[in-house]
Amino acid sequence: MKILLVAEYRDGKLLGSVNELIAFAAKMGGDSAMFVVGSEAALPAYDGKLYLADAAACGEFNPDVHKQLLLEVVAKEQPDMIALSHSSYGWDLAPRIAFALKAAQVSEVVEVEDGVLVVSACNAKLRRTVNPKTKQTVVTLQAGAFGLAEAPTGSPTVEKIGAAGGGRLEFGGYEAAEAGGVDLSKAEIIVSAGRGIGKPENVEMIAALAKALKGEYGASRPVVDSGWVEHKRQVGTTGQTVTPKLYLACGISGAIQHLAGMKKSEFIVAINTDKDAPIGDVADVLVVADLKQFVPLLTEKIKLL
Amino acid sequence: MKILVCIKQVPDMESKFKVAASGKWYDTADLAWRMNEYDEYAVEQAVQVKEQVGGADLTVLCIGGEQVKETMKKALAMGCDRGVHVADDKAAEKEPFEIAGIIAEFARDKQFDLIFTGMQSQDRGSAQVGVLVAEMLGIPSISTIVQFAYADGRIETRRELEGGVKAVVKAMAPALVTCQLGLNTPRYPTLPNIMKAKKKELLSLPVADLLKVDARQETTKMYFPAKKGGGLVLEGELGQLADQLIQILKEKTGVLA
Repeated sequence: MKILLVAEYRDGKLLGSVNELIAFAAKMGGDSAMFVVGSEAALPAYDGKLYLADAAACGEFNPDVHKQLLLEVVAKEQPDMIALSHSSYGWDLAPRIAFALKAAQVSEVVEVEDGVLVVSACNAKLRRTVNPKTKQTVVTLQAGAFGLAEAPTGSPTVEKIGAAGGGRLEFGGYEAAEAGGVDLSKAEIIVSAGRGIGKPENVEMIAALAKALKGEYGASRPVVDSGWVEHKRQVGTTGQTVTPKLYLACGISGAIQHLAGMKKSEFIVAINTDKDAPIGDVADVLVVADLKQFVPLLTEKIKLL
Repeated sequence: MKILVCIKQVPDMESKFKVAASGKWYDTADLAWRMNEYDEYAVEQAVQVKEQVGGADLTVLCIGGEQVKETMKKALAMGCDRGVHVADDKAAEKEPFEIAGIIAEFARDKQFDLIFTGMQSQDRGSAQVGVLVAEMLGIPSISTIVQFAYADGRIETRRELEGGVKAVVKAMAPALVTCQLGLNTPRYPTLPNIMKAKKKELLSLPVADLLKVDARQETTKMYFPAKKGGGLVLEGELGQLADQLIQILKEKTGVLA
């Protein structure tokens, strides 16, 4: 088994997810090589061959050109598998590569069991084992699913590859997340509202519980997308990653994107009517109750302490 | 101007899932069905473009059994002009490459200026179909958009990246975009529009006419992940639950100490 790992580079930095790719390769066994459109100033700790294209010359985001460069490396290395992160970069590039190679693409791999790829389905409620039927396979890896016990060491043998321009998409730079306001990453206690709050008026009861606990309130993506809570308070992959002493998830089912943003909290309490909800997997305590009745009651009792 | 929006019917994710007798997919009985959430944003954006340019023709396409027509009617009531139903009782078993192949085969000779899809489905979640369709048709695609503007054949989008950062990406039509949650505010169909939708064209095509590619992967097993356990589950009377939880917080977190 030979795996080509596709690392990511953004805004002048190599992304830390490169270690997850290395961990995946270790788990699969066999050889690996790496490809990145990045810079010599930001090389990974990796004991292997690295094909490096210059991001300054071909653009950090330029799928047409990145695809072409990656295909050239695939032609040289003849890997059995090409692995990317299941990220905004990876899930965009992977189908382009898979199509060009006539390869099966297995998306968001969460586990490898005896060499068999396992993916999640239905909002992490179910799992599937998948059998690719093509000679080469493209895979994307769920964020955080693969990790190493120790940080990798070594320095790569770099082979620079030509960076052509062109491409049909025009990249116009990045827009930073809105600044100012609340900073959840500094909060020690966070009470978060999920879809289970039902209506915008109920944000108030979540905020009241947070206040009684002298913490901040946050929200999951659906609540923010509905405009009930500002984006600064969103916890998850596309919002804040938080590690408070106490995280209280109210009516949050536990989509992987949310879990990725809060599962390292020191103590997690979930309040949910569904005791099979995936949030139960990371919760230290799961209170099976309707938050609309339970949260006001809990708030009153805490205020009386 | 011709616009295509591709939608999928999926179970409500709050449903109680069971594994089907085949052991390879979820049991489709006793589930509540709805439009894939990402696709609601795709339909809304397509309708907004149609309203903006005036005189555009907007087709909604959906693959599945008879029951997906209910979801298609919602898209028609939101403002799509016509529906194309690719009749396939085995759509759920098809992998993303086959689904993309069917859509591309339909779209190939139609000269759509814009194609909208959701960035992924809620059940399979592969995030492949939209980008694959564009590759098959040889047109540019922009995935995971949270902002979209169109003027004179030019598309300007914001892609959502991790950590709340967005990337500005532009392209020329014809192009395909895959829509992320929060792109817009999907409208609720009004009663008059629901009535009007009933009169709109809804053409059914047999899947055999459009499926020209073979599957490249198969699901060998579907199952519930093992509970990681360890967590304490509290059930019972609410007042007692609150007292129990306060006690635990005092002992384990020091939060209320």
